[in-house]
Amino acid sequence: MTQYIIRRVIQSIFVILGVITAVFIISNLSGDPATLILGPNASADAIQAMKERLGLDQPLYVQYVKFIGDAVRGNFQQSLQYQGHSSMNIALTRFPRTVELAGVALILEVIISLTLGIIAAVKRYSMIDNFVMFIALVGQSIPNFWLGIMLILIFSVNLGWFSSQGYSLSPYYFVLPAITLAAPPIARLTRLTRSGMLDVLGEDYVRTGRAKGLQERTVVLGHALKNAAIPLVTVIGLDFGRLLGGAIITEQIFEWNGVGQLLVSSIESRDFPVVQAAVFIIAATFVLINLIVDLLYAQLDPRVRLT
Amino acid sequence: MNAESGQPATTTQTRAAQRADLTLATIKERRSNRRRALQMLWHNRLGSIGALILILVAIAAVFAPFLAPADPNHGEIVARLQCPMLTSCPRFGTDQTIHGSSKHILGTDQLGRDILSRIIYGARISLIVGLTAVAIGAGFGTILGLISGYYGRWADSLIMRVGDIFLAFPFFLLAIAIVAAVGGGLFNVIVVLAVASWVPYARLIRGSVLSSKAQEYVIAARAIGVRDMGLLLKHILPNVITPVIVYATFGVAAAIIAEAGLSFLGLGVGSTVSDWGAMLADGRQYVGTAWWLATIPGVAIMLTVLSINMIGDWIRDALDPHLRNI
Repeated sequence: MTQYIIRRVIQSIFVILGVITAVFIISNLSGDPATLILGPNASADAIQAMKERLGLDQPLYVQYVKFIGDAVRGNFQQSLQYQGHSSMNIALTRFPRTVELAGVALILEVIISLTLGIIAAVKRYSMIDNFVMFIALVGQSIPNFWLGIMLILIFSVNLGWFSSQGYSLSPYYFVLPAITLAAPPIARLTRLTRSGMLDVLGEDYVRTGRAKGLQERTVVLGHALKNAAIPLVTVIGLDFGRLLGGAIITEQIFEWNGVGQLLVSSIESRDFPVVQAAVFIIAATFVLINLIVDLLYAQLDPRVRLT
Repeated sequence: MNAESGQPATTTQTRAAQRADLTLATIKERRSNRRRALQMLWHNRLGSIGALILILVAIAAVFAPFLAPADPNHGEIVARLQCPMLTSCPRFGTDQTIHGSSKHILGTDQLGRDILSRIIYGARISLIVGLTAVAIGAGFGTILGLISGYYGRWADSLIMRVGDIFLAFPFFLLAIAIVAAVGGGLFNVIVVLAVASWVPYARLIRGSVLSSKAQEYVIAARAIGVRDMGLLLKHILPNVITPVIVYATFGVAAAIIAEAGLSFLGLGVGSTVSDWGAMLADGRQYVGTAWWLATIPGVAIMLTVLSINMIGDWIRDALDPHLRNI
């Protein structure tokens, strides 16, 4: 296990370096930062001076090495929009709000999906099963930015039950964005839970459990679910990362001022250092979550370590 | 006698009971099979409904100039924010109530453009982006997966490690980051969505190639002197392509949603064309006053994506029985 942990950690470090490289490449695609900072009307001398200050006059590989060195320490250029503020700090202050939203969405996802998925599997091929599966199919097909707007239209504009915008950890604010964010993963996890349960419900130990007179509840929740849950742990873990990515649009709709909204508004104002920092934070967290999920999975299912 | 006959009688009874149980089990089994068959049919029916919807969307996209009742980009400001036919709404900025007319079946937007026409034209963008992005992404991923699985060694390591980096970004984040740098537009959006989606295809193919490399038909083909290229394309590829087809079908659905999402954020194909995501973004501003603006394009996206997902389930059931339960 120790060997596996070391191998996965090293691998993740290389992936993070790759992420930084990708951010470097992407930011080089966006044009000349010096012109961006000074604006299109700046004189050639001023642009040249700015290039020297930023180290842009040096060869690309020198810039690259410096970029990696800075990024590893969390140093990105200062924000262009908020002069004098570190991009990383700006992104970091917004990040917890995104994590909170994704966390609430994840809790919703797990509760709803497991319940529906187990019911559908136990009552398979029944009307309930077909109904749940159809809802899941529709849920997978709804663009969640549209769902968000529709929820606002119904529950905020017409019924006035929930707020349509703003950040706060009270249900009045977070219910609609959390549902919006969780809807596609709920649909997917419900289908996966159902199929996972169907697989194990046909196993010998389930029949044995029933044969020795255990209550159906114990068989389903105690024996079957426990075994079906192992692959689901991976999916749920990865979903947390996906929710962080998905929050970009949801935050935009509900004006939830997390890192996703920061990303979009920085793209609009062409504040590329902040874009870099925001992209880096989300991607790095995603890598970290993947690592934790993998290690957890290896703990639960020892066969994984061998591959 | 009684005692003696009792014994066999009990046995007979037990046997009868067993038989009854067996029959019951068989009946249950059969019933379950019948239900299963019904479910397959249900899926197939969903599949045909999906195919029907998608054909309608495709017809709308191809024949847009003939089907659209008006120019999608021409707005009459006096006719702005009219509600769909059979509904009524206050005239914009007044207390007067107006009724939707048959002239604009789905109403008009904030610039007085006919929404039905914009929806019909919008089908073009969604289908073009969805299909081409997936074709490029899946094609690219398949080629890299074949190379990775077949040649192994450094090519495999390189492709898979680069893939890991791509997977380190949530799909939509990667798309946004690249579009933010290179700018929007039809071509860029297609390329970006393709670039952001090739890895799962490469991984799928690589896994299948690895397991089929040791199979007899591959060894046999190599033994009779089939070259690498022929072996890969004529023998291995047809045997490993099935999961890619299934995955790609769902990929089209995902790409259509992602394209609409980019447009919704103002990073899409641009404002000069009718685009469902951009229409949604416009409609969001009027969600309190003109509900149809945001509702209708969303329904269009949902129906299109739903139809593709239905077809995807159907294709998976047909091509890959192992995955039926998912």
